Amino acid sequence: MHQSTLAVAEALGIELVEPEGWTCCGATAGHQTDRVLAAALPAATLVKAADMGLDLVVNCAACYNRMKVANHEITTNKQVRVKVADALGRDYDGSVNVRHFLEVLLDDVGVDAIQKMLRGSLAGTKVASYYGCLLVRPNDVTGFDDPENPTSLDRLVHAMGGTALDWPHKVECCGGGLSMSRTDVVINLTDSIVGMAKMAGADCIAVSCPMCQINLDMRQLDIARRQGNHYDMPILYITQLLGLCLGIAPERLGLNKLMISPAKVVKAVVAA
Amino acid sequence: MDLSVCYQCKKCTSGCPVSGMAQCPPSEVMRRLHLGAGDELLNSDIIWMCVSCETCSARCPMGIDVAAVMDALRKLAVERGAGKPEGNVPLFNRAFLKTVAMFGRTYDIAMIAAYKLGSGKLMADTEKFPTMLRKRKIALLPPTGADRKTVRRIFKKTKEDRAGR
Repeated sequence: MHQSTLAVAEALGIELVEPEGWTCCGATAGHQTDRVLAAALPAATLVKAADMGLDLVVNCAACYNRMKVANHEITTNKQVRVKVADALGRDYDGSVNVRHFLEVLLDDVGVDAIQKMLRGSLAGTKVASYYGCLLVRPNDVTGFDDPENPTSLDRLVHAMGGTALDWPHKVECCGGGLSMSRTDVVINLTDSIVGMAKMAGADCIAVSCPMCQINLDMRQLDIARRQGNHYDMPILYITQLLGLCLGIAPERLGLNKLMISPAKVVKAVVAA
Repeated sequence: MDLSVCYQCKKCTSGCPVSGMAQCPPSEVMRRLHLGAGDELLNSDIIWMCVSCETCSARCPMGIDVAAVMDALRKLAVERGAGKPEGNVPLFNRAFLKTVAMFGRTYDIAMIAAYKLGSGKLMADTEKFPTMLRKRKIALLPPTGADRKTVRRIFKKTKEDRAGR
C-alpha cells in the first residue's frame, strides 16, 4: 500500500511529506487497554503534523480511525486532554485535520481530474469495493462517506472503467485486530466476506486499508484448508488499481507482495 | 453514558459479526448490566471475541456506545484477573504494545514471537512465514526512525496514571 500510494500521489501531483519520527497509533490493542494511552499514542504523531502546519493524511482505516477518535477525545474531554498533555510532555489541542488518502483523491483531486489522467481502463472488470469498519465508524467522529453504503471506492472504480458491484458486505468487519489471537473467528468472518464477493461475481476486491488487505488476502489460504472454499480472489488496494490505470509500472505498485496473485486483474487493464 | 435507555431492540446483536459465535450477544450484555450482573460478564467469551468493529454503537437507536462498554469490560476483566480467555487476546495486546513501547512502531517478528511463546501456539501460521519474508511483508530488523523517547514517556505516564486510579 505504501508503494502504490507514493506512486499514485506522484503521478497525480500530490506532494506527501512523511512526519519525521512518526509513531504507532496503538491500534485495537491500545484502546482495549487504556483510554489515555489510546489517545496519547496517535497524539504523538498528530503534534508532529501540527508543528509542520500540515493535514495528516493516513491510508489505513485503523490508523485513520484512531487518529480521528484521539482528536475527538482530546477536544471533547478536558480530562483526557490534560492527561494526554502530561503523557506527551506538551499540550495538543486536537486540531490537526486527519484525512484518509481516499478523501484527498475524491475531494481535492476529484474524479473528473483523475479520469482525465488515466491511460488505462479496468475494461468492465467486476470490482467489489470493501470498506470494512473503521473508515466509516463511528460516523459522527470519522465523518467518512455513508456509514451503511459508502461509495468512495465505487466512484473511483467506475471512473476507471470498472464495474462497481452492488454487494451487501461493504462495511462488514473482517476481524483484522483479532487475526492472530482469534484466528478461528477471523476465518469465519473473512470466509463470509470473500464468499459473498465471489457470489456477487467479483473478479477482485478493492480495499483501502492494509489490515483488511492482509486479512482478506492471507486468510484465504486458511479458508481453503479449513473450510474447503477456494476463492482465489485477488485483494488489491484501490491505489494499485488506480496506479495500473494511470500507466504506472506494476513493479512500482507492490503487486508482488499480494498473496493471491492479481495477474488476471493486471491483464484485464487495457489502454484507454 | 446511560445504559438504562436500552430497550432491547437487538439491532446491536443483529449487526454484530460474532453474535452467532459468542455465548452472550451484545444486547444480552446490555440486559445483564441492567440487572446488575456485570461481574459474570467478565468471564464471558463475547468480550474477547468482540472485534471492535463498532457496528453496535453505529446502529443503536438510543445512541449507546456499546463498543465503549466492551472496552470497559475488557479493562475490568484484565484488572480483576478474570478467567483466562480463549485465544488470549490480552496476551496479544501486551505483546503488540510491548514492541510499540520499545521501538515506537510495531515490530512484527518480536510481537509474534512473544505472543507465540506466551500462548503456546507455536506452529500457527508458520507455513506462511517463508512467503511473507520473501515478499517482505514482515521485516527481519526492528523499525528505526520513530520518536522512541516520546512513546516511552507515554507508556510510563499512562502506567503511572493507571496505578494511581
